[in-house]
Amino acid sequence: MDLFEYQGKQLFARFGIPVSPGAAVETVDDAVAAADRLGYPVVVKAQVQVGGRGKAGGVKLANDTTEARTHASNILGMDIKGHVVRVLWIEKASDIEQEYYASFTLDRSAKKYLGMLSARGGVDIEQVASEEPDAIARIHVDPVDGLSEQEARAWVEAAHLDPRATDGAVDVLLALYRAYTDGDADLVEINPLILTPDGRVHALDAKVSLDDNASFRHPEWAEFGGQQTLDHREALAKERGLQYVGLDGTVGIIANGAGLAMSTCDVVNQVGGAPANFLDIGGGANADVMTGALEVINSDENVASIFINIFGGITRGEEVAKGIVQALERVELRAPIVIRLDGTNAEEGRAILKDHESDRLVSKPTMLEAARTAVELAGKGAR
Amino acid sequence: MSIFVDENTKVVVQGLTGSQGRFYGLRNRAYGTQVVAGVNPKKAGTDVEGIPVLATVKDAVASTGANASMVIVPAPGAAGAVIEAAEAGIELIVCLTEGIPAHDEALFFNRLEREFPATRLIGPNCPGLLTPGKCNIGFIPAEVALAGGPVGIVSRSGTLTYQALKELGEKGVGVTTCVGIGGDPVPGTSFIDCLSRFEADPDTRAVIMFGEIGGSAEEEAADFIAREMTKPVVAYVAGVTAPPGKKMGHAGAIISGSKGTAQAKMEALRAAGVTVALNPTEAGDAMARIVASL
Repeated sequence: MDLFEYQGKQLFARFGIPVSPGAAVETVDDAVAAADRLGYPVVVKAQVQVGGRGKAGGVKLANDTTEARTHASNILGMDIKGHVVRVLWIEKASDIEQEYYASFTLDRSAKKYLGMLSARGGVDIEQVASEEPDAIARIHVDPVDGLSEQEARAWVEAAHLDPRATDGAVDVLLALYRAYTDGDADLVEINPLILTPDGRVHALDAKVSLDDNASFRHPEWAEFGGQQTLDHREALAKERGLQYVGLDGTVGIIANGAGLAMSTCDVVNQVGGAPANFLDIGGGANADVMTGALEVINSDENVASIFINIFGGITRGEEVAKGIVQALERVELRAPIVIRLDGTNAEEGRAILKDHESDRLVSKPTMLEAARTAVELAGKGAR
Repeated sequence: MSIFVDENTKVVVQGLTGSQGRFYGLRNRAYGTQVVAGVNPKKAGTDVEGIPVLATVKDAVASTGANASMVIVPAPGAAGAVIEAAEAGIELIVCLTEGIPAHDEALFFNRLEREFPATRLIGPNCPGLLTPGKCNIGFIPAEVALAGGPVGIVSRSGTLTYQALKELGEKGVGVTTCVGIGGDPVPGTSFIDCLSRFEADPDTRAVIMFGEIGGSAEEEAADFIAREMTKPVVAYVAGVTAPPGKKMGHAGAIISGSKGTAQAKMEALRAAGVTVALNPTEAGDAMARIVASL
């Protein structure tokens, strides 16, 4: 789960990272009231989960009430790379002397945590990373040992920050490491991390991605869930616990396992079709999950055929079949289904489906044949 | 021959008394795997259709000689289960559990590496592994596989592992061992671990490798193949048509820059002399041709 900046800052503050006072608002009047309360100048910041909002005009400085009103009304509702701004973060403006960059994430090759720190933070950090890799000081942290103050200090020195920033940066990095590990984040990033003229080190932005697998031990995450910007198909899939990514083709896809689901998209493409989505029902799905998956696909009006590709290991064929039959009874499907069923209890599954086969439910023995039939049916449906 | 598991592998199931653990534990036993014990401190002294349930993995090792463990417990308890197995001296831990927090995985991977270097972990979030005719640990529907080689299989995706077995089975091609390494960010066993074991196994004469988008494991494998492998390799990478920057299911499948795309992986593999197929069926066909010419 990706957090908005203001949610990331709330999380940072809990771990002791200094952030500016501010308020999250959803209307122009609330924005102005918050700005008046915080005291000018303030920064009006669009809350979207996409980079480049500053360059798109989604971050503006307001020196008085009139400017706060103008900026808030311009930015609310703004479309930034397909993300519509629904929430603003109004923050007391900071004096900036220097801009740094700091982050923690997992280095999958090294199988250790990777910390990155640079004296050259700001909007062009990716360019800095590719053109001058040495401008980023990297540190690998073994999860067993954690990050010690001594290591953090040596790391800060290696990054050549202003000497006045050293102590503050060490504190922030140690707190950021705790936010990353104890906070169960996949990514924590501060860009920019600023040094103020009076020598304080302070997070001016926050990018946090939480590990959904750890939600069972973080009941407090419930407060972050409400405002994710999902399209309606993705929201519906999320409610049902399905891995769904909306695409723009006409063949609806349901498969078990991310690898098979991706492979199914690939094969549909190779035989001349276009997938409408990626949908992974996961391992061990029962009949209700399959019914839910069909309901999600059915909510997509572009879908002209549905390709169900199941190779059961932990997923059992008879459960898949029961789910399809249940869905046929419960919802009116807009498109015909082509199914390929293999693996654990596939024969039991095929026996259940046999009585329901028609021109709306076709069974095929292989992935390629099923893909061809699904693409053919989608072509007919589109006409 | 085979890698990692054979007829001498004795398996303790951590989670045997749960519904999934029971289903797959019994299924693995019906296939011929020596499933010697289950573990559950609250149900010690009972049995699951004749398989004794003991309090701890240590007890299971002491009384049954178990040398492998299948971990099929809910995600919150998985890290504890893996460490318990390692502390009991288990040589091979197959962790099937999905949805384990990434920090738990990173922590137990590094603990095993430092404190239990002789222990091999496969998974987590994997379908397990199969030496046809001898031992099946996990979810793999083994009936589609033919025994005896000459092909070794390693795959990051569970369902594509089954697809690979089926493609070969239908063409009459046998398999030495099939390993599903799992798609999580920190897999205990990598492509390279499996490739090097297949290279050393005299009965394995060619290898099928199924990868997917995200991370750089396929690129690293390509490097290894170019340097160390003499046996032919056929590869398929799922996710050619995946939109960039979208997280698709596995935590592992996150595209990062140009590295990690299916195109980049396929190019790296081709440059290493690997036969790269565009779908699983094509991979099976290519392997059948290679086997015929061996």
